[in-house]
Amino acid sequence: MATASVVSSEQYNYDIIRKFTIMTLVWGAVGMLVGVYIASELAFPFLNFDIPYITFGRLRPVHTGAVIFGFGGSALFATSYYVVQRTCQTRLFGGDGLANFTFWGWQTIIVLAALGDVLGHSQGREYAEMEWPIDLLIEVVWVVYMVVFIGTLMRRKQPHIYVANWFYLSFILATALLHTFNNLAVPISLFSIKSYSLFSGAQDAMTQWWYGHNAVGFFLTAAFLGMMYYFVPKQAGKPVYSYRLSIVHFWALSFMYMWAGAHHLHWTAIPDWTSTLAATFSIMLLLPSWGGMINGIMTLSGAWDKLRTDPIMRFLIVALSFYGMSTFEGPMMSLKDVNALSHYTDWTVGHVHSGALGWVAMISFGSLYHMIPRLWNTQVYSTRLINVHFWLATIGVLLYITAMWISGIMQGLMWRAFDDFGNLQYSFAESVAAMHPFYVMRAVGGAFFLTGMLVMAYNMTKTIRQGNTEGSLAVAAA
Amino acid sequence: MKHDKIERNLGWLLVLTMLAISAGGLVEVVPLFFIKETVEVVKTADGKDMVRPYSPLEIRGRDIYIREGCFLCHSQMIRPFRDEALRYGHYSLAAESKYDHPFQWGSKRTGPDLARVGGKYSNDWHVQHLTAPRSMVPESVMPNYPWLIKTNLDTSDIELRMRALRTTGVPYSVSKAEYDNNVKQFGEDVAKTLHIPDAEKNLVAQAQAGNYDNNKDNISEMDALVAYLQVLGTMVDFKQFDDDYFSKFR
Repeated sequence: MATASVVSSEQYNYDIIRKFTIMTLVWGAVGMLVGVYIASELAFPFLNFDIPYITFGRLRPVHTGAVIFGFGGSALFATSYYVVQRTCQTRLFGGDGLANFTFWGWQTIIVLAALGDVLGHSQGREYAEMEWPIDLLIEVVWVVYMVVFIGTLMRRKQPHIYVANWFYLSFILATALLHTFNNLAVPISLFSIKSYSLFSGAQDAMTQWWYGHNAVGFFLTAAFLGMMYYFVPKQAGKPVYSYRLSIVHFWALSFMYMWAGAHHLHWTAIPDWTSTLAATFSIMLLLPSWGGMINGIMTLSGAWDKLRTDPIMRFLIVALSFYGMSTFEGPMMSLKDVNALSHYTDWTVGHVHSGALGWVAMISFGSLYHMIPRLWNTQVYSTRLINVHFWLATIGVLLYITAMWISGIMQGLMWRAFDDFGNLQYSFAESVAAMHPFYVMRAVGGAFFLTGMLVMAYNMTKTIRQGNTEGSLAVAAA
Repeated sequence: MKHDKIERNLGWLLVLTMLAISAGGLVEVVPLFFIKETVEVVKTADGKDMVRPYSPLEIRGRDIYIREGCFLCHSQMIRPFRDEALRYGHYSLAAESKYDHPFQWGSKRTGPDLARVGGKYSNDWHVQHLTAPRSMVPESVMPNYPWLIKTNLDTSDIELRMRALRTTGVPYSVSKAEYDNNVKQFGEDVAKTLHIPDAEKNLVAQAQAGNYDNNKDNISEMDALVAYLQVLGTMVDFKQFDDDYFSKFR
C-alpha cells in the first residue's frame, strides 16, 4: 500500500487535486449555507436585519458564485486534473507551478467575488456579477487552466483521447468564449471598480443569456458529463455502455446548446425568429441530453445490484436520473406557451435546482466519494454516513423542487387569472402572500441538502485524517 | 472508423469543438448588432427621438438599483399578454432599453415588474416603501433599505461615468458639435441634460427641483433611486402610434 502511494504520487500530481477537493467541500458548505439563508429571507424578510451587506439582492450572487464557481468549479478542477492525468498516464503539463497558480488564482477569485457582491460591486448581470478586475483575473486563470489541460493532453501516453476529456475540453473552450464576450465592459476609470457593459438593451440581453444558458450547458453540464464518463464506469467496474452514443451525443450537445439561450427571453423585446430558433434547438437538445443519461445509466446494466449495496453508485445513478428529468423539463419550459406561464416564476428556480442539486451536486458527491479515499490512499471513514448523506440530499432536492413547482405554477396562474368582469382577479401582493408556505418548504428542503453536505464534510475530514495518519505511520515504518 | 482520427488528433478535436460551439452565437446573436429592425424607431411627429439617455441623477439612481441587486427580484420587461397589459401597461419595446448598459430585463418576479413603474406612485410613496416596504404593502418580502435616505449621493465621478457610457455609444455630448446633434435628435431641453461638462450642475438641479426624498438640504441616494424609478417606462407616448406599428419590428 505504502509503496503504491509513493509511486502514484510521483507519477501524478495528486497534491493539486487534494487542494481543490478540500475547497470543493468548503465552498459547497458555504454556498449552500448562504442559499438556505437567502431562501429564509424570502420566507421571513426580517432576516435581512436592515444590514446592506446581507440583503437578498447582495447575498444571492454570493450564493450562486459560491456554489457554481466555488463548489462546482473546484470540483471540476479537481476531477479534470485527476481524470486527465490518469487517462493520459502522465503528470500535469507545466509542473506544479502552473497547477498551483490555477488553485490560488481560482480561490482568490471566489473570495474577491463574494466580497464584491456584499459590498455592492455588481455588473448587474446574472451569474456574471463580478466586476471587470475580477473578470480579468478569471481570464488569466482560465487561460493557464487551458494551457495545463491541453498541454497534458499533448503529453498523453495513450494514442486515444478518452471521452471524458472531450467533455472537459469542450467546457474549458466554451467557458473561455462565453466569459470573454459576456463581460466586455468599459470601466469608468482604471482606478474604479465600476464599469458599464459594452452592449445595451436587446443585444445585451441576447449576449447575457447566450452566456447564462451556456454556463449551464457547459460549466454545469458538459463538464459534469466528463466527470460522469470517468467515475460511473470506474465505480461500476464496467466499460461505458455505448461508444457510438458518446460520440453522437458529445457533438450534438456541443453544437446545440449554444443556440438555446434565447429561450430565457421568450415574449420579450427580441426578434421573434431568435426566440423560435432557440425553442427549436431546446427541444432538439432533449436527444443529446438523454443520450448522455442513457449512456451513463446503462453502463450499470448487468450490475444493478450495486444500487442496493453501494451508496456511491446510488449517488451517481440518481444524479443521472435527475439529469434526465431536468433535461426533459427544460425543453418543455422552452415551449413558448409553457414559458408564458413559467417565466418569471419560482418554477424556473425549481428547474435550476433540480439540475444543480439533483444532477451537478449529486454527481460531484459520488465522484468525490470515489476519489477521496484514492487520493489519500485510505478507506472511506463511514459508508453509513454516505448513505445518510444520500437520503438527506434526495429528500432535500425533492422538497425543494416540489415547493417550487407548486409556488411557480400557482404564481403563473394567479397573475393571469381574471374575474367574471374581465378584471385581474388577484393583486400582485396576494400572489406574494400565497407563496409563503412554499418558501418555508423550500428553505427546509435546502436545509436538508445542506445538512447532507455537512455530513459529507465531516465524513471526508475523518477519512482524510485517517489517510494522513496511515501515511505517516507507513513513512515511519519505512 | 472516421471518428478515431479525431480522438487521436488533438488539433482536430480542438478545431472541430471550437466550430461546434461557435455556430450558435454567430448565427443567433451577432446578426442582432446589424439588423436595424431589432430596435424600433420611436419618434415624435416632429421627428425627435422619444427614448432618451438617462439624466445624470437617473444614471446614479440606476447604479444604485444595480448595486442593490434589484434586478434579481424585479423584471423590467412587460410581455405582450392581456394580464400584463392590465397589470403593468403596454408591452416593453426594445427601444425603451436601448441606452441600458447593462439591460435590466431580469428573469424573476419575486416582486412586480418595474418597466412602467414611473409615475404610478408618488415620490413620498417610493421613499416610504423603499425604507420600510411592509408599512405600505403588508404582504411584501422586500428588504428594508433605510440607508438610502441617510446616505449622501456621491456625485464626484458623474462625469467619468457619463464618459464611460459615451464610449459604449450613448450619445452624451462633450463638444459643441455633439451637443448640437443632440438638440436635433432629442430637442434642446433633453440635450442640455446630456452635456457632460454640465453633468454635476444638472444633477444637483434635478435633485433640488424634484426633491424626491422630501429633504431639500441634501442629495441622498434615495433622491437618485426615486428619480430613476419615476422615469421608467415614461418616455414613449403610446397614444401617438397605431396599435400595429410596433409589431412590424418583431
